[in-house]
Amino acid sequence: MAGNVIEFRHISKSYDETQVLKQIDFEIEAGKFYTLLGPSGCGKTTILRMIAGFLQPTAGDILFEGQRVNDLPANRRQVNTVFQDYALFPHLNVAQNVAFGLEIKKVAKGQIAQKVEEALRLVQLSGYGNREISELSGGQKQRVAIARAIANEPKVLLLDEPLSALDHKLRKEMQSELRSLQRRLGITFIFVTHDQEEALAMSDQIFVMNAGKILQSGTPVDIYDEPINHFVADFIGESNIIPGKMKADYVVSFDGHEFDCVDAGMKQNEPVEVVIRPEDLDITAANTGQVNVTVDTQLFRGVDYQITAHDVNDNEWKINSIHKTTVGQLVGLAFDPEDIHVMRYGEDEATFDARLERYE
Amino acid sequence: MKSKTAYLTPYFLWIALFVIAPMALILYQSFFSITGHFTFGNYEQYLSSGVYLKMTVNSIWYAFIITVLALLVSYPTAYLINHLKNKQLWLLLIILPTWINLLLKTYAFIGLFSQNGSINDFLRFVGLGSHQILFTDASFIFVATYIEIPFMILPIFNALDELNPSLVNASRDLGASAWQTFRRVIFPLTMPGVKAGVQAVFIPSLSLFMITRLIGGNRVITLGTAIEEHFLVTQNWGMGSTIGVILILAMFVVMFLTRDRKNKGGQIR
Ligand SMILES: Nc1ncnc2c1ncn2[C@@H]1O[C@H](COP(=O)(O)OP(=O)(O)OP(=O)(O)O)[C@@H](O)[C@H]1O
Ligand SMILES: [Mg+2]
Repeated sequence: MAGNVIEFRHISKSYDETQVLKQIDFEIEAGKFYTLLGPSGCGKTTILRMIAGFLQPTAGDILFEGQRVNDLPANRRQVNTVFQDYALFPHLNVAQNVAFGLEIKKVAKGQIAQKVEEALRLVQLSGYGNREISELSGGQKQRVAIARAIANEPKVLLLDEPLSALDHKLRKEMQSELRSLQRRLGITFIFVTHDQEEALAMSDQIFVMNAGKILQSGTPVDIYDEPINHFVADFIGESNIIPGKMKADYVVSFDGHEFDCVDAGMKQNEPVEVVIRPEDLDITAANTGQVNVTVDTQLFRGVDYQITAHDVNDNEWKINSIHKTTVGQLVGLAFDPEDIHVMRYGEDEATFDARLERYE
Repeated sequence: MKSKTAYLTPYFLWIALFVIAPMALILYQSFFSITGHFTFGNYEQYLSSGVYLKMTVNSIWYAFIITVLALLVSYPTAYLINHLKNKQLWLLLIILPTWINLLLKTYAFIGLFSQNGSINDFLRFVGLGSHQILFTDASFIFVATYIEIPFMILPIFNALDELNPSLVNASRDLGASAWQTFRRVIFPLTMPGVKAGVQAVFIPSLSLFMITRLIGGNRVITLGTAIEEHFLVTQNWGMGSTIGVILILAMFVVMFLTRDRKNKGGQIR
């Protein structure tokens, strides 16, 4: 299945003075799981509402399967939404909620019953058809909302932070359920969250947003391993971000030393930022690693220890280690050239991609 | 526990003195003839004489028309106001007339509708000649509806205001047109407001009396007129009370018919 289901071309949106979306461009391919990730207020819901048809862009074009749909009303778009607050109809029971869209489309009675049954089975709520909405738990409501949307067999399913109201355990469960549901149905999912862990776990593609812009898009691994800038590195997972200088291709200096790295394509002596993930650091005996640090705190988290330390230049280091260490002790930190990721200041995504293309 | 009782005492007293006692007195009075003897005669008379039954049917009929008209005007109005920018201000403007004394408003309408009133002046001016507007059924219904409309708008507006807008979006999202959304989602979910409005309009409309005389010219005789007549003119308190009892019964019937049927969250909190 080739082709883009949805395309945003130079979309911007303003309310009076404030611009909430700035030149958004993206393409959504059929059958994939996409995630819009970004902090509160960055414009994620705004994008979803535009795709659904509840909001018109101030400028730019929205394309659905190649057709411009800016002026197509919500009820005529082949897109369904799972709302943040579920928006289940309180005057209808579970089955009636799920049947709503089918009844509007005047599907035959017998077929409706069958499709409702099928949708409820997909979200593991068989036999709940006669329940009232007020008699459901949060997780069940969420499933009904999903069933109601998928019963219409949309081309694209939009999900606006549907898991944010659930407790940690149920949330994890629903994440994998949603992911496998998407695979089974083959429907394009566009999922909104501000939880980076959730985004990494579920998506084929992530769009990282901030302040009305898409900063970086790519697979979870790409974004985690090669964040484009400080914001993305910081927002996606924990990271040590240290200012440095690019000495030459594949050589970066920070913390008073020069290190081999795998990045290139920058000017000589260009100021850069270096990212090293806490789990890529290994604690060794003092003077046997690349840097020496003094351990400040240590926190046991179940799977590992979260350790903070500082070096002689007073840079703060975060380390995740499965081995225990001692607070106050001088230890070495070992890392490999691949663990170092160099980021330029103010590089945009196109330049970044082009540069990576050149030397990889 | 004790402090709770103390706290509730004023309310119990209020209800006993101003709700239960008057109703008991009316019931008590309704069993006395004009000469002060205990009797069932009032009820007998009410049920056997066609006049009273006709009056009752008449009252219900007019109250019904007034309620339906008020609803037809109020729902779209409430819906519209709810979509305006300064909705609270607009609502205030609509409620404002209820602060003016009923009698004053009625006199204002006499000024408008009478032979030498503004409307007839206008009709004569455009060459349509003068018409009998005052003392007609139509003018009575018009004025009564006008007076009741704010009481219908208010609960409907509140119900619309409380409606979760994402339910409307959800309906559109699932393919419903604006009209389908209204019929399947908005109207059913604002039904409690409509019912409250019907209660607030229908029951008072049963016992309207001043307007029946001043605007309807006593052509329309309702139960309200009859009560006024019996208490103030013929001094037949027994018969007046009997009709009062009938009205109270009618009130219970309306409350029963417009009660929250299945208590399954028709309203969103
Ligand atoms: N009707 C409006 N008028 C003015 N500003 C608005 C309006 N709706 C949204 N905004 C602004 O647009 C920006 C983006 O809002 P949006 O709802 O898309 O954020 P979000 O990324 O979904 O955030 P969250 O994670 O908190 O849901 C916010 O700064 C918000 O204040
Ligand atoms: Mg949002």
